[in-house]
Amino acid sequence: MLFIWFWLVAVMITAYVVLDGFDLGAGILHLFIAKTDQERRIVIRTIGPVWDGNEVWLLAGGGTLYFAFPLLYASGFSGFYLPLMIVLWLLILRGIGIELRMHLEGTVWRGFFDGCFALSSILLAIFYGAALGNVVRGVPLNQEGYFFLPLWTNWRTGADPGILDWYTVIAGALALIALTIHGAHYVAVKTSGDLNLRARRVASLLWPALVLVTLVSLWATLSIRPDALTNYRKFPMLYVIPVAVALSLIAMYLHRRRNQDKGAFLASCAYLIFMLVGAAAAVYPNLLVSTTDPALNITVYNAAAGSYSLSYGLIWWISGMLLALGYFVFIYRMFRGKVAA
Amino acid sequence: MDSALLIHRLHFAFTATFHYLFPQLTMGLALLIVVLKTLALRTGNEIYNQSARFWAKIFGINFILGVVTGIPMEFEFGTNWSHFARVTGGVIGQPLVMEGVFSFFLESAFLGLFLFGEKRLSPKGHWWAAFLVFFGSWLSGYFIIVTDAWMQHPVAFQRAADGSFQVISFWGLLLNPWAILQYAHNMSGAVITGAFVMAGVGAYYLLEGKFTDHARVFVRVGVIAGFIFSALQIFPTGDLHGKYMARYQPVTTAAMEGLFKTENGAPMVILGQPDEEHQRIDNPLVVNKVLSFLIYGTSTAEVKGLNEFPKDQWPTNIPLLYYSYHIMAGLGTIFIAVMAAAAFLLWRKKLYESRWLLWIIMLCLPLPYIANTAGWMTAEIGRQPWLVYGLMRTSAGYSKYVHAGNGLFTLLGFMGLYTVLAILFLVLVNREIAHGPSAATENVNAGNPYTVA
Ligand code: HDD
Ligand code: HEM
Ligand code: HEM
Repeated sequence: MLFIWFWLVAVMITAYVVLDGFDLGAGILHLFIAKTDQERRIVIRTIGPVWDGNEVWLLAGGGTLYFAFPLLYASGFSGFYLPLMIVLWLLILRGIGIELRMHLEGTVWRGFFDGCFALSSILLAIFYGAALGNVVRGVPLNQEGYFFLPLWTNWRTGADPGILDWYTVIAGALALIALTIHGAHYVAVKTSGDLNLRARRVASLLWPALVLVTLVSLWATLSIRPDALTNYRKFPMLYVIPVAVALSLIAMYLHRRRNQDKGAFLASCAYLIFMLVGAAAAVYPNLLVSTTDPALNITVYNAAAGSYSLSYGLIWWISGMLLALGYFVFIYRMFRGKVAA
Repeated sequence: MDSALLIHRLHFAFTATFHYLFPQLTMGLALLIVVLKTLALRTGNEIYNQSARFWAKIFGINFILGVVTGIPMEFEFGTNWSHFARVTGGVIGQPLVMEGVFSFFLESAFLGLFLFGEKRLSPKGHWWAAFLVFFGSWLSGYFIIVTDAWMQHPVAFQRAADGSFQVISFWGLLLNPWAILQYAHNMSGAVITGAFVMAGVGAYYLLEGKFTDHARVFVRVGVIAGFIFSALQIFPTGDLHGKYMARYQPVTTAAMEGLFKTENGAPMVILGQPDEEHQRIDNPLVVNKVLSFLIYGTSTAEVKGLNEFPKDQWPTNIPLLYYSYHIMAGLGTIFIAVMAAAAFLLWRKKLYESRWLLWIIMLCLPLPYIANTAGWMTAEIGRQPWLVYGLMRTSAGYSKYVHAGNGLFTLLGFMGLYTVLAILFLVLVNREIAHGPSAATENVNAGNPYTVA
């Protein structure tokens, strides 16, 4: 049961990253690849009808985490207080940047909303990466299961870390590059003409950087958390995950070279999925590790809600998610094809 | 009071109060837009479709503010009330995640279709899109009320060995009688907001002599809905809610009414200032025996006053509670009076020419916002000093390790950001109102993301 809920939460978070990831990527890119007001509008319209639904995966994922593992939610959310509040502000800025732009004319207003949209997208990508980095690195949990991290301390990963240190900065850079490429592939799929060409060019240019940071982050993870391989040693089958990551990178490159936008986009979805699955497989059954004493780790066993709600939850949760998937298929079908100028 | 606790309370209260300014219009307008779409389908009169399109634009702006201010609410359970989240997560985690899974997905999927898909859908199909947006927003209201109602009146739970609350009956939690009463009252309040906004904008156009055909539709739909729901707001929903409160939170009722001492045939205080120190109401204007009658149905029944309860169970801010409650109930009475007069003149076909009443309707536009906010303040301040009524104190629930300095930093951040949002909202809505419904009919597809090559 706990195993199932762990993976359901992981699936929700992965879905969020893959779906809202391209919204963020489009936001990061739009100031660079869209030159005119008309082009910016097109980039925004590629995500217009779906971004809000994509963001709901964050709420539903966070909600599912709260429902299944209340202790993790309580500890993690209060411990990461400052970065989460900043994430909230950025989500607010992004939402109004996308939605209110079309209601006001004038260069200054448009510039303001475009700036909100781009800046918040860039910072969100970095913060999400850093957040994941924090979970992998671990936090100084106390006896009660709580902690509090300042934004930064001495930039080292030792016993008194901050949200930002050299390791989580690498994770942030990885997320920024990966989501920019992801967004570029998406924009390429949804647009034609100059925009499409520029999006393709960004994706090709960034590909080597993505390979590089992926390798660097792998090395960095193994150097600060040698035990990250414990599960992999126990179940060597799991090594297919890093292989799949490598294959998706190669597929991304090949499709890009042949200008197959859809293929490249699917490859970058696969890349994100396997990276996150690989991380989840390394962490299980821990949810949040302690940098001070492994006995204080928050695990699926000590964080879970009561078994009645978890078993009953499986029924309604799965039916609700099937409904939600149905809406998604319907909406994406309504919205298939390229956005017209 | 511990200053971190104070900051976390202010943090939550500020963000929740601001958030709720938007969903109340979302939920109220969603219903009225379905009414307009239904009228359009039934009569084939294009004016209803044009009206629906106009309100859909305002709905869209309002909705996005509801979304961006709602996400912080969901996070704050963990960030600011971590111990509460940890101890009660086994119960309220359920309605919160159900809200995401069952209603936010639904709403967000069909809102885009409703706002931009009119050309792609048949009139029936577009009606369904409007209906599903309405359904999703009312469903989301229900789940969040279940959450709040459980804090007011905890049911269907068991304490585990570690002291945490665990749900033991799925339906028991979802069908908490308190939630059903609270939902009925709250949703009716949301429709009142929608109705006053619609009628108020219509009255403004009529007074200006602009868009008069649409304005009549707005006034008519707004006044009829406003009249029906203002009545429902007091009776039966407010009345039942009050009776239930008197039974399960008698100390709150006493504080709301400003009843310091137990009385047989207790009076209802209409006006007056509670003086906690001397335990009396200054400058009172009272109606004898009415309170006993309202609560128990007989004018002589005994109503317990604050003196019956230990002081550490008194709501922590009695004057504010008393005023919130009286503002809500006082405004409710005014709403009925205004809407009854308007409905009467509408029936006599004189309303559109009665400029004095149109002025009043227009000026009443902000009042339902005040009444709804006051209502929530009554509920939440009345619940004090408990976070989970009778079981967990507010002082036990906050995030101990997020100290006051950090809390104040983010509270100020929210205040600044929300000020900007409020200004943007007013500017944008004002522009839509200045453009008027005719403009909304011309460029249905401006910025339409559903146009594909
Ligand atoms: C347009 C708004 C509006 C109006 C006119 C009224 N109310 Fe109200 N009231 C609300 C909007 C509201 C609300 C915002 O919807 C509340 C807050 C929590 C809730 O679920 O509903 C509420 C709560 C609320 C509570 C519960 C407080 C608690 O849960 O602790 C009571 C006893 C009443 N109301 C009673 C009344 C009475 C007797 C009214 C008539 C004279 C009245 N309300 C008018
Ligand atoms: C249904 C959703 C809601 C839930 C679950 C909820 C829950 C809470 C919680 C956890 C607190 C902080 C602890 C406390 O001080 O009691 C609180 C306080 C408060 N909330 Fe709500 N709330 C909800 C809706 C609202 C709304 C819509 C408003 C505003 C209109 C509101 C107004 C307040 C106020 C004024 C306080 C401060 C009370 C005090 O500290 O004395 N709440 N609520
Ligand atoms: C503390 C309590 C609350 C929390 C945690 C909360 C959470 C949220 C969230 C996360 C959203 C954005 C959903 C999206 O992305 O689509 C939202 C919007 C919404 N909320 Fe709240 N909310 C609270 C209080 C309330 C109350 C008291 C009501 C009314 C009964 C309400 C009704 C709605 C509705 C109808 C929406 C969707 C429409 C809109 O955004 O305007 N919420 N809420």
